Amino acid sequence: MSGARLFGPAWLTEGVKEALLQALVALILAVPLIGLKTVQEPGGLGLQTRWPAVAIAVACVFVGRLLLVIARHVWPPRPKAAQSPVVAARIRRFVRLLGPAAIAFALLLPFLPFADRYVLDVSILVLTYVMLGWGLNIVVGLAGLLDLGYVAFYAVGAYSYALFAANFGLSFWACLPIAGALAATFGILLGFPVLRLRGDYLAIVTLGFGEMIRVILINWSSLTNGPRGISGIPRPDFFGVPFNPSPAPDASAFHTLFGIAYSPIQRVIFLYYLILVLALLTNLFTLRIRKLPVGRAWEALREDEIACRSLGINPTNTKLTAFAIGAMFAGFAGSFFATRQGFISPESFTFLESAIILAIVVLGGMGSQVGIVIAAIVLIGGPELVRELEEYRMLAFGGLMVLIMVWRPRGLLAFREPTIRLADFDRTARARSEPAATVP
Amino acid sequence: MEYFLQQLINGLTLGAIYGLIAIGYTMVYGIIGMINFAHGEVYMIGAFISLITFLVLGMLGVGWLPLALLIVLASAMFFTAVYGWVLERVAYRPLRQSPRLAALISAIGMSIFLQNYVQVAQGARVKPLPPLIGGGINLMEREGFVVQLSYLQIIIIVLTIALMVTFSLLINHTRLGRAQRACQEDLKMAALVGINVDRTISTTFVIGAALAAVAGMMVTLYYGVIDFFIGFLAGIKAFTAAVLGGIGSLPGAMLGGVLIGLIEVFWSAYFTIEYKDVAAFSILVLVLIFRPTGLLGRPEVEKV
Repeated sequence: MSGARLFGPAWLTEGVKEALLQALVALILAVPLIGLKTVQEPGGLGLQTRWPAVAIAVACVFVGRLLLVIARHVWPPRPKAAQSPVVAARIRRFVRLLGPAAIAFALLLPFLPFADRYVLDVSILVLTYVMLGWGLNIVVGLAGLLDLGYVAFYAVGAYSYALFAANFGLSFWACLPIAGALAATFGILLGFPVLRLRGDYLAIVTLGFGEMIRVILINWSSLTNGPRGISGIPRPDFFGVPFNPSPAPDASAFHTLFGIAYSPIQRVIFLYYLILVLALLTNLFTLRIRKLPVGRAWEALREDEIACRSLGINPTNTKLTAFAIGAMFAGFAGSFFATRQGFISPESFTFLESAIILAIVVLGGMGSQVGIVIAAIVLIGGPELVRELEEYRMLAFGGLMVLIMVWRPRGLLAFREPTIRLADFDRTARARSEPAATVP
Repeated sequence: MEYFLQQLINGLTLGAIYGLIAIGYTMVYGIIGMINFAHGEVYMIGAFISLITFLVLGMLGVGWLPLALLIVLASAMFFTAVYGWVLERVAYRPLRQSPRLAALISAIGMSIFLQNYVQVAQGARVKPLPPLIGGGINLMEREGFVVQLSYLQIIIIVLTIALMVTFSLLINHTRLGRAQRACQEDLKMAALVGINVDRTISTTFVIGAALAAVAGMMVTLYYGVIDFFIGFLAGIKAFTAAVLGGIGSLPGAMLGGVLIGLIEVFWSAYFTIEYKDVAAFSILVLVLIFRPTGLLGRPEVEKV
């Protein structure tokens, strides 16, 4: 055994061997796709070689693996102990403090010195996804239904606002409930036939439904204007008072109403508060409904459907309510999206959006409201920081999803408080110091 | 009648391609109960590697077509299989004991990653390849309408049947196949009787990726144009095919693939081409409502 040792201690030799093997695999992977690039030439396709890029990729894998081996040796991974009650209490306290602090920060954000137009735009984007995540959390986190086509309801909300505003001249505030109701109706229409299915079948059918909505939006040109989308969607006004730099002499505008100078950022700040309020409403609704019978039925259904059925809960109706309510919030978010963008097209509602929203819910730690906020900031705000690397942005996004899942399979904030528990049972459980099944 | 026959031939060809991809989904699902969302991307990578190998062979001056086809087939299967193997090692193996949703998100992340990886490495434009195999057999002709079975379609269908036969033999009569069937029944029990579960799962991914690579090569030849985005829709349809046939069942995957191919082609031929994807999904919903386990699937008994 010691004969094979070339240099250094055994673990290092092993590590170098391992790294060499992985570099070889990386070489096999890189040669066809990175090493040879297809390029358009006058006579058809041609090939361009890029061996330096291959060498860099292979070297990165080798060095990265070696560093990992050394790091593992220097700081050996601690055995994955079950979560102790102390850690659980610490997370609970952290979350309890973080929630109000985050809300206070969000309320003050537009008036902080660094909050320019760009920061606000990114914040609005993040908040939109927070709201969508909270909405989807009702379906996935509470009721345990895997929905891969959530973006369909978002699209329904966006198009219903755009169409009602364009065709009937309804205001944003009139359209908001209509959009929510329409999205919920779609949720029921879709849910009714498919909610009997088990998890994965439900996932693929909802995915199919999401794609169907998009195909219909593209092809039903007389209503939706096809792939060109709808432009000129009315911007929101301040409860009937428009944001208008030069209003007619007898009409009022936002800045004349408050007697301040006009600035285009006023509209952005208003949009920011609008989505903040909508998102917080979603959160409040979720927190409250979890304590209602229907909310408890969702959580019970998630844990065990057969037990629920034997206790007299109607699974189909219960799932339908979750589906419809989740869809309704997507509808609200959709109309906000439409009014903020001023332009919508089917391209905004691809499967990728559904995947992002689901990723936010799962990465945040299923069912954790604060976790969703953190995940939305990491996943939406993070790639926004590297916007200059346009091409690599989605590459980094996909890689980030895999890494976070491998690192923390139960989500970033992997701690879920049962909404309700029996007092006696709780005490006995704590006496036995039953560990929760999470890593610290 | 002639029109119908022609569409039947086209549908079978398309169905063969979907079926080959669907096998990858159904095998993985059967063993570890997970939707391998990145499988569509694996197929796309197979198509790209075939295209690149064709171009390399063209530069080297390999002119004899059967030899070129064999080399492309071998190279696409090899490189794509390595991709499949690495995919499992990196994104799925660390998550085997985790909640199922975690593995699903990891798979979706991998799918996004691979799609953008190919886009960055190979460019976003579509890649056209001039038709290599032309001509065909005219089956019948009436009033100027010719029903043609092209040589390429013959190659695709024959190759698919050959692969299916090999594959069934592999599953039913080899040690590896027995290990796979055992894992499909019960992972823990299989491990207890001395089956190397990790290796079996790796092999499953390798086989699935190799079959997807063949499908990728066929598509490159059949349509003559590919881009980095083809994996998504083909992946969804192949998964639909796997569910339609009964997920976990290998003949079911092939049957589902052929059915989806036929539905798509006939819908485009007789109704509207725009809504062909809607048609495939609607059929899926109908089948699931009336026969939730798919056409050939075993009913799953839920134990309390």
